[in-house]
Amino acid sequence: MRRWIADRWVMGVALLVLGYLSLPIVVVAGLSFNRPSSRLSYDFNEFTLDNWTQPCATSDMCDAVVRSMEIGLIATVVSTLLGTLMAFALVRHGFRGRAGINGLIFLPMATPELVMGTSLLALFVAAGVPQGFWTIVIAHVMFCVSFVVVTVKARLSGMDRRLEEAAMDLYASEWQTFRRITLPLVLPGIMAAALLAFSLSFDDFIITNFNAGTTVTFPMYVWGAAQRGIPPQVNVIGTAMFAIALLLVGASTLRGRRARRAALVAPVAAVGTPKSAS
Amino acid sequence: MTALAHVPTSAGEPAAAPRRSRSRLLPYLLLLPGAAWLLIFFALPLLQLAAASLYDPGGSLSTGYAMTWAFDNYPAALQAYWPHFVRSFAYSAIALVLALLMGYPLAYAIAQKAGRWKNLLLVAVVAPQFTSFLVRTLAWKTILSDNGALVGLLRDVHLLGPDGRLLATPFAVVLGLTYNFLPFLVLPLYASLERLDSRLLEAASDLYASPLRAFQKVTLPLSMPGLIAGTLLFFIPATGDYINAELLGTPNEYMIGNVIDSAFLVRLDYPQGAALSFLLMAAILAIVFGYLRKAGTEEVL
Repeated sequence: MRRWIADRWVMGVALLVLGYLSLPIVVVAGLSFNRPSSRLSYDFNEFTLDNWTQPCATSDMCDAVVRSMEIGLIATVVSTLLGTLMAFALVRHGFRGRAGINGLIFLPMATPELVMGTSLLALFVAAGVPQGFWTIVIAHVMFCVSFVVVTVKARLSGMDRRLEEAAMDLYASEWQTFRRITLPLVLPGIMAAALLAFSLSFDDFIITNFNAGTTVTFPMYVWGAAQRGIPPQVNVIGTAMFAIALLLVGASTLRGRRARRAALVAPVAAVGTPKSAS
Repeated sequence: MTALAHVPTSAGEPAAAPRRSRSRLLPYLLLLPGAAWLLIFFALPLLQLAAASLYDPGGSLSTGYAMTWAFDNYPAALQAYWPHFVRSFAYSAIALVLALLMGYPLAYAIAQKAGRWKNLLLVAVVAPQFTSFLVRTLAWKTILSDNGALVGLLRDVHLLGPDGRLLATPFAVVLGLTYNFLPFLVLPLYASLERLDSRLLEAASDLYASPLRAFQKVTLPLSMPGLIAGTLLFFIPATGDYINAELLGTPNEYMIGNVIDSAFLVRLDYPQGAALSFLLMAAILAIVFGYLRKAGTEEVL
């Protein structure tokens, strides 16, 4: 009995902690079906589907969601491009000043967001740049680049260089080798980096808050609404974000599993075919 | 784009001179856009913030600030807001201890005990992050609400007085900080513990080590890199956070972030806000480097 407990208490604690981590999601999903008793109430009052059928009843909120998506998409494309180029340089090339570049990439991840947000604000004000949509994009690209570099670098340094050498030995040009071998192999890393960048950008509040001017992103909308009263549709967006992300994870896991199964089956099939043909 | 595929050519092929010079330039070309972005929008702003922290405190945004090398801004800001500094570090330290007590067993269970459920449990740790940070934090307002089930239960068992509250207390803020940054602690810790060879623990127990001693002598030292990375990833954002204090606390629980936010966006006192930001960064950096030196693993960086 003591052994049984000793073996399982860790798992028990772990499940309790997972419960603590999941509780707010359950509450958000529940509140998305709530008709609150008053604007400033956070308690569950009455079941309704209205929030889901009319998610844009407060049009400010949907405008903010759209703006966050626009900013997220632009910041993702730019930061993924810049970060991927840097990752290639770091993994594939020798150059002077590597320590400096590594520091420049590491520091933004170790600096409190508050400091990055206020310092950019100080710069924009000193330079007389009016704040708005594009200053948010600039800030988001800045803090996303480092995460892209780290993610792509991890994929790139784990790659088997012999595959590229084999392609070159088989008379593939540099461009063909890159298109047919390197890019497909690094692509999962680049996609992961892009998804990470988008979610960082979409959810950022602190840095955005200092550099938004009068532009309102979704987190900024929620922050403002917390003082005036939160429309229940905010929870619909929260639940939908969660569901979409979960679907993406599920789909990529399934595809990975199918690809792995195919990889197992393919050699067998390749060996099997000539035999059955003969 | 061809450049990206630069692969060392086989020894027999004569490398043309112009190509070689291109490939020597190539890494710098690849680095240039990203490095320039970080220099202009990360490093340069820090210098501007340093300058702003020394502006004449008598100026204003409309009349403009004069650079007077006003080093007095620092002691003045510290004197006015030292309780907020103390509170920031105290709250995030308590939250860190709570997070370690919860996060270590969780990371260990996923890495060593979960078997085929490993990936599912990992998703369960990461998944809450998919929903907006602010929306999740607001959910705690519902959970800790005065009319909620939790407060009702605690009042019934007399852990809380009849008028006792959870919301708008330091407890709520610390709980929110712990919740919001726990995954940043768990994931690196998991990565370290996943590589732990369970045969080492069997060997320890074969040599008559108690489970506690085996943990002290084997598990803990081997998980050190993940533990250090995780505590830093937790501590840095938690200390600079002001969302939890704003949404779950009252002005009595305000942390230094709330003060800096209002200095820049409400009071428009840029010299003071800049001085406070710099003090926060200096304090965090001092703690981080002191900690890394003590832990003796500088390669984490």
